[in-house]
Amino acid sequence: MPAAPAGIAGPSLEELGLTDPTIGRSIPPPRVILRFTGTGMTFPGGTTALEDVDLTIRSGEFVSVVGPSGCGKSTLLRIASGLEEATAGQTWLDIQRIGYVFQDATLLPWRTVQENVELLAELEHIPKAERTRRANEAIKLVGLEGFEGHLPKMLSGGMKMRTSLARSLTLNPELFLFDEPFGALDEITRERLNDELMRLFAAQHFGALFITHSVQEAVYLSTRVVVMSGRPGHILDEFPVDFPYPRHPDMRFTGEFAELSGKVSRALREGHS
Amino acid sequence: MTATVTAATASSVAANAASPGAAAGPSAPDAAPTGGATGPAKARGTGKAFRIVPPFVVAGLIVALWYLVSYGLLDASRRFLLPPLHSIFTDAFMNADTMGDIGLSLGRTAFVTLTGLAIAIVLGIAWAVAMSQARWLETSLFPYAVVLQCIPVLALVPLIGFWFGFGYPARIIVCIMISLFPMVSNTLFGLQSVGKAELELFKLHGTRRAVILKKLQFPAALPAIFAGMRISAGLSVVGAIVGDFFFRRGDPGLGALISTYQSRVQSVELFAAIFTAALFGVVIFMFFGWLGRRVVGKWHDFGGR
Repeated sequence: MPAAPAGIAGPSLEELGLTDPTIGRSIPPPRVILRFTGTGMTFPGGTTALEDVDLTIRSGEFVSVVGPSGCGKSTLLRIASGLEEATAGQTWLDIQRIGYVFQDATLLPWRTVQENVELLAELEHIPKAERTRRANEAIKLVGLEGFEGHLPKMLSGGMKMRTSLARSLTLNPELFLFDEPFGALDEITRERLNDELMRLFAAQHFGALFITHSVQEAVYLSTRVVVMSGRPGHILDEFPVDFPYPRHPDMRFTGEFAELSGKVSRALREGHS
Repeated sequence: MTATVTAATASSVAANAASPGAAAGPSAPDAAPTGGATGPAKARGTGKAFRIVPPFVVAGLIVALWYLVSYGLLDASRRFLLPPLHSIFTDAFMNADTMGDIGLSLGRTAFVTLTGLAIAIVLGIAWAVAMSQARWLETSLFPYAVVLQCIPVLALVPLIGFWFGFGYPARIIVCIMISLFPMVSNTLFGLQSVGKAELELFKLHGTRRAVILKKLQFPAALPAIFAGMRISAGLSVVGAIVGDFFFRRGDPGLGALISTYQSRVQSVELFAAIFTAALFGVVIFMFFGWLGRRVVGKWHDFGGR
């Protein structure tokens, strides 16, 4: 079993500038929300993407999965979300609301930012007034105020990703599945979005399964980093990350951070060769 | 199977990244695109003059050539083969009787064109939507859309008259047959242009097929649908004129009038009627271009200007 999640003893919401009533709800004690047991995936063509994966995610845990390209990291998310069915093992999910953030922002180009953010709530038949209220809050949370009427083509890559994030936030998910959401962004935008995602996590205590190529990003964001091997993907090692939230961007330059990142990188390299 | 696609606009759902629009908005949280990023539009000749002047130059050349043939090559007795351009205006367009005839027949041809086009649009979209909903429907129905496109409609015209008589219904059927395929293929192409991730986003929320069609596929297909409408509109005019030639029962349309003028060697009137038909085709084509830009131009680079 993995180590207990790191404490989430951050500053108050006011100090974080996150005084939204929906995010001030009390933190329930951690419970298991997603568990893979011996999960495996073999595609009809005969390719085995995943093999014997055991992974447990509790509420309030931010788990990153790093691994080489094509190791089946994304397949793990697709299984968790029900987009795909595992061919071996068991997948156990104990929540109602999942937020799935794709690699691309997947915004509808004919809808404005506001309309895009409202989309999922619309699909879930949430009444118009409530939908608008939630969208406004989400837009505020990701810092897109003033851009509500913009069409996606007027937005930068980072702003598109924020819109996509806001869209998921409207459903108040208990578990977020992130499929390399910042992979296509430039370094500076990526770091900024990391900070904001980290702040959101510190305030909202959702569970998260985050797929990434970047060891730095994984260590910076997560309570736990999972290292996967090349295809067929299986878990090589897990590293708890005990730095308290909210984390300062400069934490990336500390010795402890470098040491932990080094360990993760080494595990990744060993598994790859 | 979906090889023959007439869409002039490949509607990629991914929006263009850079646009100066955002720079004018409130302070961007992260680097908003600046005007520095040049779009592909800048690559070739710039400026309005560059787009407007050349067509007029070509028009001038054509007029010059016209007069050269009319006065230089043809002697007076044979000048009726290509009457001087201005005489078409003075003798036909400014002649009330001629214009009355042309106007009336244009009205009938326009009625046939627009009725046929409207039916083709509705039928074409419905056909494509049906095919987009099930793979087996696509594989069983698309070949017939292609067959329809491949049959020379002229070969069927006698049969159409045989079955439906030689009046308006037959003319409208020719219009439908000739303009249906671009609607079917473009709509289908548009509906299928939706990305896999976007579809999955909808599926994750248990969205019903009808809702996916309404909120995702159909809006995404609109640029291709409008491109199809523009092509079909032009074809429908052709269909109506062809129909006029063959189905003469009832009031004459432009095609019948053209044929009458030709048989009576009324060359000035003949040219006037041809010009009217051409102008009608251009107007209807431009109308659908305008309509397309109006509906989807905000978020999509709708082709043409």
